[in-house]
Amino acid sequence: MTAYILKRIVSAILVTIGVTIVTYLLLHIISPSPGRAVLGLHASQKAVRSWNKTHGYDRPIVVQFAAYFWKLLHGNFGYSYKEDQTVAALLAENVGRSAYLSGASLTLAIVVAMPVGIWQAIRRNKPSDYVLTGAAFTLYSMPSFFLGLLLIQAFALSLHWFPVEAAQQTGILQVIGNIRAMALPIITLAAVSMAAYSRYMRSAALDNLAQDYIRLARAKGLPERTVYLRHLLRNSILPMVTLIGLSIPALLAGNIIVETLFNYPGLGLLFITALQNYDYPVLLALTLIGAMATVVGNLLADVALTVADPRIRL
Amino acid sequence: MTIPEHQVRPDVEDRPEGDFALVQTALAPNGGAASGAGAVAEGGEVQVLASGWRLALRSFLENRLAVVGVVVVVLMVLFCFVGPLFYHGNYLVANPIFANQAPGAGHPLGTDPNGFDVLAQIMHGGQASLEVGFFAAVIATVIGTIWGAMAGLAGGIVDGIMMRFVDVLLSIPFLFVVLILAQKYGASIVDMSIVLGVFSWLVPSRLVRGEVLTLRVRDFVSAANVMGASRARVAFRHLIPNALSVVIVNVTFQVADAILALAFLGFLGFGLQYPHIDWGDMLSGAETALQNGYWWQVYPVGAALVIVVMAINFIGDALRDAMDVRLRRR
Repeated sequence: MTAYILKRIVSAILVTIGVTIVTYLLLHIISPSPGRAVLGLHASQKAVRSWNKTHGYDRPIVVQFAAYFWKLLHGNFGYSYKEDQTVAALLAENVGRSAYLSGASLTLAIVVAMPVGIWQAIRRNKPSDYVLTGAAFTLYSMPSFFLGLLLIQAFALSLHWFPVEAAQQTGILQVIGNIRAMALPIITLAAVSMAAYSRYMRSAALDNLAQDYIRLARAKGLPERTVYLRHLLRNSILPMVTLIGLSIPALLAGNIIVETLFNYPGLGLLFITALQNYDYPVLLALTLIGAMATVVGNLLADVALTVADPRIRL
Repeated sequence: MTIPEHQVRPDVEDRPEGDFALVQTALAPNGGAASGAGAVAEGGEVQVLASGWRLALRSFLENRLAVVGVVVVVLMVLFCFVGPLFYHGNYLVANPIFANQAPGAGHPLGTDPNGFDVLAQIMHGGQASLEVGFFAAVIATVIGTIWGAMAGLAGGIVDGIMMRFVDVLLSIPFLFVVLILAQKYGASIVDMSIVLGVFSWLVPSRLVRGEVLTLRVRDFVSAANVMGASRARVAFRHLIPNALSVVIVNVTFQVADAILALAFLGFLGFGLQYPHIDWGDMLSGAETALQNGYWWQVYPVGAALVIVVMAINFIGDALRDAMDVRLRRR
């Protein structure tokens, strides 16, 4: 097992290096001359060229990449000329709020989806199962921003329970304390994963219900509640662990949408602002961080499953 | 035949139910415990291709949701492409005098802040959304099928390198890279389809590779090899037609995902550019519209979007059930 995990970690590191190369190249192709982006459309050719020279953007691409990669290894994500700050400072300023939004909605999604999925599996093909499946299917086909808009209309504009905007405070503790303002963003982001998780949970639980150990548990006279809670739930959690690890790209995309919709200053909104300003150092750093989060998520999903399930230990 | 453990398991051809980015990685519902060997060992009897397709068609038609899905998609295509022949609303020339009018005579669904007719916008935006969805899915499927089939047939180190490349691209968050590309290159329908398609072929390539790997060791392929069929004949006559069902199911979901992706881009303000319009574009100002009480600028187009994506997903689900021979026999 240790050998497998080590192999997996090595391959994750290789993928991360590959991702860095591909992303760097891609952004280099899109914006080959950062001087133009920084100095603007009206700057003279000469000014742009001399800017590129002073900042080292006239060197061969391989050298530029090596320099960037070396800085990256030391935690230096480059410099945002538009915001006149280091990218690292921009990230540090926003990462807490995004982490809170993602973490809270992920927790909410799991807490709701697990019992719902199991409940559907137990009562499969009953009306309640059909209604919940239909609801999950609708949610799943609905772009998250449209769901957010519906929630804003219902709970912010019509009922006035929650504000239209997310919490705007700078301190992360104040943001966490502002539950009313954060309710709608968290619910919107959670709803998308919730639909996916509950459908997944249902099929996992259905698979497990057909297994012999459930029959054994029933045959030895355990009450149904114990069968479900002790045997079914535990075995159905396993695939969920993997699913959560794999759902990081969806979560990142959701962050962009929800932060834009609710004007919540996190990494997603930072990405959109950077995109509007053609601030490529920030875009590069955020894409790389997203990719690394994805790689780590995949890695954790695999490792967690290997550790937890003796059947797939190699 | 070596399959690295962390790559997609060859026995998985259905997609996990998740958001479009989640689709990037498949996982067997039983926790991945089943190995590719199981899929190879079962299914010994070989069906005649034609009757297989006919069976699939019958099974598809028996699925009521699928039929509803097909009807909805056909109606929506008619509405978007034939509708403008009968209904001429202004969606090109801004006219502030008619801005934000409620539904009424002349404007059945009201007007938007530019004075454009919302119904005409939904028709023309629908054209763009459906076209981009379709083209992007086709591009992704063609690239993915060729790449996956090549990797699966080549095997060995070539396969390893090709699939590692897929791993790398899959790790880059889809929406991030598509946003960056769409801002620079995604102005027209063709450009946008290419941007979306070029980053959506990864999952199909994994599916096709897995299918080719399992098919390659099946008896009928060995028989063809023994009888002296060329590599090309084995590939085009035996492997690709049999992997086709996986491809067809996947292309349906690709269309739905591309329509959603375009909607996300449009909503964030990086969709198609004037004079093109897509459904996401129309919703980019939706929050302000709701605060002003202009519901007609939000709900009709949002409903059209959700209905189309749902209908296509219904079709995809039914196709998957209909074409999965293993599932049907059970």
